[in-house]
Amino acid sequence: MSKPEKFIEDGIRLDGRKFDELRPIKFEVGVLNRADGSCYLEMGGNKVVAAVYGPREVHPRHMQKSTTAIVRYKYNMASFSVEDRKRPGPDRRSSEVSKVSRQALEPVIFVEKYPRSAIDIFVEVLQADAGTRAAGINAASVALADAGIPMKSLVSACAVGKVDDTLVLDLNKDEDNYGQADMPVAVTQNGNITLLQMDGHLTSDEFKIGLEMAKKGCADIYQMQKAALMAKFSKSAEAESNE
Amino acid sequence: MDKKIVIPGDFLSDDVKNATDGTYVEDGKVFAAVYGLASLKNQIRVVPLSGKYIPKRGDMVIATVSEVTFSNWITDIRSPYDGLLHISEFPKRIENDDMAKHINVGESVMALIKDVDPIMKVELTLNDRRLRRIDEGRIIQVAPSKVPRLIGRNGSMITLLKNNTNCNVFVGQNGRIWITGKERDMDFAEKIIFKIENESHVSGLTERINRFIKEEKGESAREPEYEQEPEIEEEDIETDKTVEKTEDIPVEEETQEEDAPEGILDELLGDGK
Repeated sequence: MSKPEKFIEDGIRLDGRKFDELRPIKFEVGVLNRADGSCYLEMGGNKVVAAVYGPREVHPRHMQKSTTAIVRYKYNMASFSVEDRKRPGPDRRSSEVSKVSRQALEPVIFVEKYPRSAIDIFVEVLQADAGTRAAGINAASVALADAGIPMKSLVSACAVGKVDDTLVLDLNKDEDNYGQADMPVAVTQNGNITLLQMDGHLTSDEFKIGLEMAKKGCADIYQMQKAALMAKFSKSAEAESNE
Repeated sequence: MDKKIVIPGDFLSDDVKNATDGTYVEDGKVFAAVYGLASLKNQIRVVPLSGKYIPKRGDMVIATVSEVTFSNWITDIRSPYDGLLHISEFPKRIENDDMAKHINVGESVMALIKDVDPIMKVELTLNDRRLRRIDEGRIIQVAPSKVPRLIGRNGSMITLLKNNTNCNVFVGQNGRIWITGKERDMDFAEKIIFKIENESHVSGLTERINRFIKEEKGESAREPEYEQEPEIEEEDIETDKTVEKTEDIPVEEETQEEDAPEGILDELLGDGK
């Protein structure tokens, strides 16, 4: 697709959203039987699966830390996840995404509870539509909770960007590819930022406003994450309240 | 019951002094650290809905030997950490060369966790008359987070199971279960255990299991040798009490004391002649 002439018409974006509106999001918890925790997430056109294994023994052994658990995060895009086939396997981009995503989640995990062990997180992107690292973090944080891993809080992530000199929340593919800026943000429940990247240009005022927009978007996503986890055991919640 | 589902980061209370397992304290407030059921009375705790078995001192587990070294049996206890059983923890004095004769690779033992140090070195012991090697029956596995349900309040569920199947059932805290009895009875016990595991979060568990047992027995025209014990005023869901107790006393003892005049352990020891 080539660059559209205008991204915003009468305050409405190409896909019909307002400038501060998220794409439709759907969470599903516990989709994989063999994983300790898992989550499937659709965020607009993104489809990702996150699986969490652990805490478990560390292999190779030399990676283990004697006082804390190590967190390993592997972000991978399926070869069919984008329009032109992606050459499978790790590359520069996915290594970077893995690293920043790991660092976005590490501060909330109580790693000191599980010395000499590893917590492995795998994120598979089945279909990509801009903002996959944010989608991956959202899914991974729910999968971590599902695995029963102790955490300070969930982590929610979304991107903010600039198209047609206007700040917009949760970019779609075209806005990402042809826009002026893209800034993924991940925050904890109480607003601590665990990931902040920026591609393109924003003025310092735009940056401040954009950050607030992203935080608001993350707060909305947090509610959806919470609802998804609650839904998994809603039956038991009813059981409890009936007593 | 003041129990509710919480997710990590949920605010629980301002009562910092009573914060226990599954919680963390920040800025003088107590928050949930895991995804699970929170109970706020007396002690504030969150019982996780899932998760790996993390060894604790005093737990009774079923350990499977994975390696025999010069003076240790290295065992798998279904956790991220190996269990170490030192030769001196064997009930009688044995030579290093004979270790494999007593417990070989692949064999399982009931063991008590003697100590867990800060770097999670797990030391096991067999030095207790209740403990022994497992050389009959079968071992099945359930999720460790379901173990309290399987035991029931004061061991009620396990008593129900034993009385209705003519099997001896030992539940290790690591989610391994040892069943001994006749083949057919063991099949039946296994069926019930998996039903409990699958439905542990649905209300009215004990009742449903009771009904299930009756139905199954009717179908197979099995005459009940044991009269079914009426379960009195029972909670289907494990309570704080059970959890607290399981921490320091092995559950089986509890069963022994409170519910069954002849506890499982005695039975186990008795039939092992």
